Amino acid sequence: MKTSQKSLSRMRLSGLIKKEIRQILRDPSSIGIAFFLPVILLIIFGYGVSLDAEHVPLGIVIEQPSPEANDFVSGFKDSEYFDPVFFRSIQEAENALIQRRIMGIVWTRNDFARQVLKGKEAPVGVIVNGVDANQARIVEGYITGVWMKWLVSYARSHGLDIMAPVEVKHRIWFNSAVRSRNFLVPGLIAVIMTLIGGMLTSMVIAREWERGTMEALLVTPVRVKEIILGKVIPYFFLGMGGMTLSVFISIVIFHVPFRGSYLALGFASALFMLTAIALGLIISTAAGSQFVAGQIAIVITFLPAFMLSGFVFDINSMPFPIQVITHIVAARYFVSILQSLFLAGNIWPIYLVNCLWLAVMALIFFLIIKKKSHKRLV
Amino acid sequence: MLRRILALTIKEFIGILKNKKSRMVLILPPVAQIIVFGYAATFDLKDVPVAIYNEDNGEISRQIVARFQGSKVFHIIGNLESNGQIAPVINLKKALIVLHFHKNFSKDMAKGATGKLQVILDGRNSNTALIALNYVHTILSKFNRKWMHQNRNIRIPARLVVRSWFNRMLDSHWFIIPGIVALLTIVVTLEVTALSVAKEREAGTFDQLLVTPMTPFEILVGKSLPGLIIGLIEGTFIIFVTCFWFEIPLRGSLLVLYSGLFTFLLSAIGIGLMISSISLTQQQGLMGAFMFLVPSVVLSGFATPIANMPRLVQELTLLNPMRFILVIVRSVFLQGAGFNLLWTQYVPMALIGIVSLAIAGFLFKRRLY
Amino acid sequence: MSSPPKREDEYCIVSSGLTKRFTSGQKQIVALDDCSFKVKSGIVTGLIGPDGAGKTTFMRICAGLLVPDQGKIEVLGYDATKDFLHVQTNIRYMPQRFGLYEDLTVRENLELYSDLLGIPVTKRQARYDSLMAMTGLAPFMGRLAGRLSGGMKQKLGLACTLLKPPRLLILDEPTVGVDPVSRRELWDIVYSQVHEHGMSVLLSTAYLDEAERCQQVILMHEGHVLGKGVPQSFSEPLKGHCFMLGPPSGQKRRLQRDLANRDEVIDSLILGEKIRLVTMDALDPGKVHNTFHLGEEISVEESSPRLEDAFIWLLKKRLLNLGRGVKFKIISHHKVAGPPDEDVIVVRNLKRRFGDFYAVDGISFSVKRGEVFGLLGANGAGKTTTFRMLCGLLPASEGELFVAGKNLRKARAKARERVGYMAQKFSLYEDLTVMQNLRFFSSAYGLYGNRQKERVRWALDAFELKDEANSISRDLPLGYKQRLALAASLMHEPDILFLDEPTSGVDPLARRQFWVHINTLAEAGVTIMVTTHFMEEAEYCDRIVIMKQGRILAKGTPETLKRKFHPPGVENPTMEDTFITLIEQEAG
Repeated sequence: MKTSQKSLSRMRLSGLIKKEIRQILRDPSSIGIAFFLPVILLIIFGYGVSLDAEHVPLGIVIEQPSPEANDFVSGFKDSEYFDPVFFRSIQEAENALIQRRIMGIVWTRNDFARQVLKGKEAPVGVIVNGVDANQARIVEGYITGVWMKWLVSYARSHGLDIMAPVEVKHRIWFNSAVRSRNFLVPGLIAVIMTLIGGMLTSMVIAREWERGTMEALLVTPVRVKEIILGKVIPYFFLGMGGMTLSVFISIVIFHVPFRGSYLALGFASALFMLTAIALGLIISTAAGSQFVAGQIAIVITFLPAFMLSGFVFDINSMPFPIQVITHIVAARYFVSILQSLFLAGNIWPIYLVNCLWLAVMALIFFLIIKKKSHKRLV
Repeated sequence: MLRRILALTIKEFIGILKNKKSRMVLILPPVAQIIVFGYAATFDLKDVPVAIYNEDNGEISRQIVARFQGSKVFHIIGNLESNGQIAPVINLKKALIVLHFHKNFSKDMAKGATGKLQVILDGRNSNTALIALNYVHTILSKFNRKWMHQNRNIRIPARLVVRSWFNRMLDSHWFIIPGIVALLTIVVTLEVTALSVAKEREAGTFDQLLVTPMTPFEILVGKSLPGLIIGLIEGTFIIFVTCFWFEIPLRGSLLVLYSGLFTFLLSAIGIGLMISSISLTQQQGLMGAFMFLVPSVVLSGFATPIANMPRLVQELTLLNPMRFILVIVRSVFLQGAGFNLLWTQYVPMALIGIVSLAIAGFLFKRRLY
Repeated sequence: MSSPPKREDEYCIVSSGLTKRFTSGQKQIVALDDCSFKVKSGIVTGLIGPDGAGKTTFMRICAGLLVPDQGKIEVLGYDATKDFLHVQTNIRYMPQRFGLYEDLTVRENLELYSDLLGIPVTKRQARYDSLMAMTGLAPFMGRLAGRLSGGMKQKLGLACTLLKPPRLLILDEPTVGVDPVSRRELWDIVYSQVHEHGMSVLLSTAYLDEAERCQQVILMHEGHVLGKGVPQSFSEPLKGHCFMLGPPSGQKRRLQRDLANRDEVIDSLILGEKIRLVTMDALDPGKVHNTFHLGEEISVEESSPRLEDAFIWLLKKRLLNLGRGVKFKIISHHKVAGPPDEDVIVVRNLKRRFGDFYAVDGISFSVKRGEVFGLLGANGAGKTTTFRMLCGLLPASEGELFVAGKNLRKARAKARERVGYMAQKFSLYEDLTVMQNLRFFSSAYGLYGNRQKERVRWALDAFELKDEANSISRDLPLGYKQRLALAASLMHEPDILFLDEPTSGVDPLARRQFWVHINTLAEAGVTIMVTTHFMEEAEYCDRIVIMKQGRILAKGTPETLKRKFHPPGVENPTMEDTFITLIEQEAG
């Protein structure tokens, strides 16, 4: 029999792929990771998670009711951001703050009206609960906004010339409504694909070792290349399926705008999927068991994709050493591509640079795999 | 009875600590995570890249630019020459913000009119954009007040005197890092407990255990103790790091904190053992733990406030022990809260713990084969 | 089908100076030590030897899965180390766990291997049909492999390797955990392939009656080859050494134990009511009485030697040469109180349903104090389900069962202190050391303080585990694991002992030691219930029941069953003959 040592047999490869697909279809945990988890995560992030504060319970203390004080406070009543709660004294309000019933306090004192009328810069006490610093800052911003609005209207109605010297007009590009969902959901796609590529792939290969099927596979005339491709191809398509599902849900259900090209998205996703799967393959060779593979995968693929990809937390604001580490997190490049494609459109320089990084990582990973895999036990 | 429980606990410990790989799982991720979370997970901005497009180039606009330059938050990357340069600079993420001073900005201001400043932000991460915008507002409103006072001798009718309680500098590390205490203890505890029964089922030793005179209650306690002890040790380690490495003030009493941690661990162990006794294999146990962990972390208020969630989801979080412990840990750390303020947080966790432990104990024997 | 076999080489495997070492923890293990031998083409060669003999390592090297540290290995003329792809194209190898995908159906497993072996699509169906007919798996083509019984899995594993008849077939322990009927079918398939295709077969087995059917046997021990030849060449020298003794009833155990440790004895075994004795020197049957000081009432007959006798003999010789002890340990156990004829285990019309399926369908039997009671049956007959119900691990759907007068599932913890249980596959805490396992199990049974120390010391001593006291259980050889599992179940000196396949995969020497322990316990009045696939072990039992599909086919002493059910025309039926006759009778 003449068999070339190098040749790739289409029959063997398709046999392996068919087998893998059947296993995926029968294994609830594969389906769970590939389809159930993405949907759950998207729903949680799409509906459940928001950094945009609304209906913030705000304590308002008016020590001495007066037309001026009421006028000042009415701005908070009208604001969609606040649900005001009124207090007679600052002590009551402070207690409420301590008991976490309100997020902040706006406090007009006894002599508020007098000072306002005299033009004496009546101090309005603002206390925010600083435990959640981010929310506190946002609430502070909202309060400032209400205050500035009031200043303008007060000036207008009293014919005062207190036009602000500098008037700021801001425009937030790409996401003018400032919906956090619009950036969280695309970023999440990177996390989901990391899960499918890294965690699922590493665990299914570890499973073959654990169950002894790998040993049986190795003694067939199959080539190492075929075994690797037999894993990469089905999980690649599974991951792309998960990606398509996620994109569909993002756009159709969560109305996240998509401004770039679908083709570009497909290409970048394919590249990212390859790096994720390659990493999964490397993990599986290092880990002997599914348990360990799963653990390693969580620590070196899932968590970084969550924390270090710029998906939620701004990379620029991280300490320098951690910024350096983010460069070896493939998800970082993909998140950048995703957020640009979804919200900004085809920004080619960003797209190409990040794709290049992904390609380099994929290449390195596959070289490592090629070096590490052989048809031997141990 | 106590002897049997002790023997089981010791055995569990040896099983966990003997194996090099499972030892690593207990030690490595927490250390890695506290470093990564501690440093990376922050909503505070620094070195936000700002580009200036100054069509005015007058004295006043330069003063304002100087104020930005002086702030740690912003980092000025350069000046733009034309309107057409704005889009590329933002698109390519070279700058998050462009400050655009219109022509005659300084002249207008000198005349007493309003100077127009346009701020353009990259909204791809809208949270970052919003925070950055707040910083911009803060700088400019300070400038405004001073300018009015100095140049026009006008005072505004009312000004805000802002204080933030419990975290004066509004450092978001103070918020995130105590939260890690809860996050890591639940991760470790779930890992220890969610696999403990499944592992024995897989190896066939669970049958051996059930055949001994040990009662399900004894097995339950014996299986819970290692999780409890390991959880407490890890928790202590992280509290230690929080206090001494990240220097976050611990204002409340340790008793309040540890009572919370204990109740929390009870509920985590209950859930872990419940997952474990449903699972046939370790793989299923791990998947179950993961499937529980991800939503419960996301919906705990760890990074995003529960108050911002839709009503239905908010009600769902009442089943999540993490939401309660996060309140306890943060309140004790930053606010110095005591039992009187926090008892409403202990009760639900204790309930979750008792119910889930009872179910787990019941499932030990009643599993369908 | 396939091209006619070419007999280009006389030998299919040629190994010279093969050496392979492993490191496990701090220990260096020599799996193969300078092994040189040749395996003939066109015949079935059996590789036998105790645990750690190096059988699996040798097979893996042949299959190109491992690289030897030293030496050369040629398989079908190819260098298996360098030219492994050629080797793998021409051989098939079935690993111990037969490499089936349990979440694929029978057909899908066949399809996968057909693809991997490059069998043209057009020729497949015919091949499937003939293999499925041969293995009897045709009705189960759509079933998941994981849902097949152990015997069917083995046959499917074999079918997968035979899809394209290879020139050399390597099977690693193909019959472990497989019932006698399936085992026999497996052998028939292997031989039919050898005849049809001129295939060479190399297999390892722990069943020496099976090895007897091989045309060539290689005996290995700790990486060395102890002997090689046709099975008869091994047993021939023992002609005149083998006798059947017929002691009066009730004395067989003591007699066997007395004989077992005598220097003049190679081997002694209980076979039903008789004892099989193999002596060091050839003896005239008339002189046996004198040599062993036997009473006149004991009858003596000469018997023909078997491969197993030679195996024990060669192994003992080697161990003696290495300066290691070969004596069986006798353990101590307190005398169980109570009248000897009392029924300790009673089962009446016991049923267990899973969905619509009755795994146990109305069985009744009782076990007396001090009896060794065997539960036999094909894979999936309901033995394990019965066992689990008796131990209180599974509730019964219907019927009554009492163990020491109680239903263990409902009984308080106290009642379980009288019962010992050794689960299938020697379930131990693998991460724990031997010592820690013993300590844990003794505490679990409520021992503490001096009593506990004393029992742990006893266990280490009685089961020869002292040297391994601080070894991690995972790294122990199978025979040690078995001893440890037995020790763990005896820490609290139970009155009743449940043993679920306690000797599966264990080599004959370890099996003998194990049964010496069991016999000692039975004599002390411990009631023992055991399941096994070794039909010979059924003969060590006082009484047995044979189950099939949840029902009892027959019960009684091994003797009566052998007399009652045996293939027509067989003079001295073995238990295995009886078993197969019974099962087939039922099926027909």
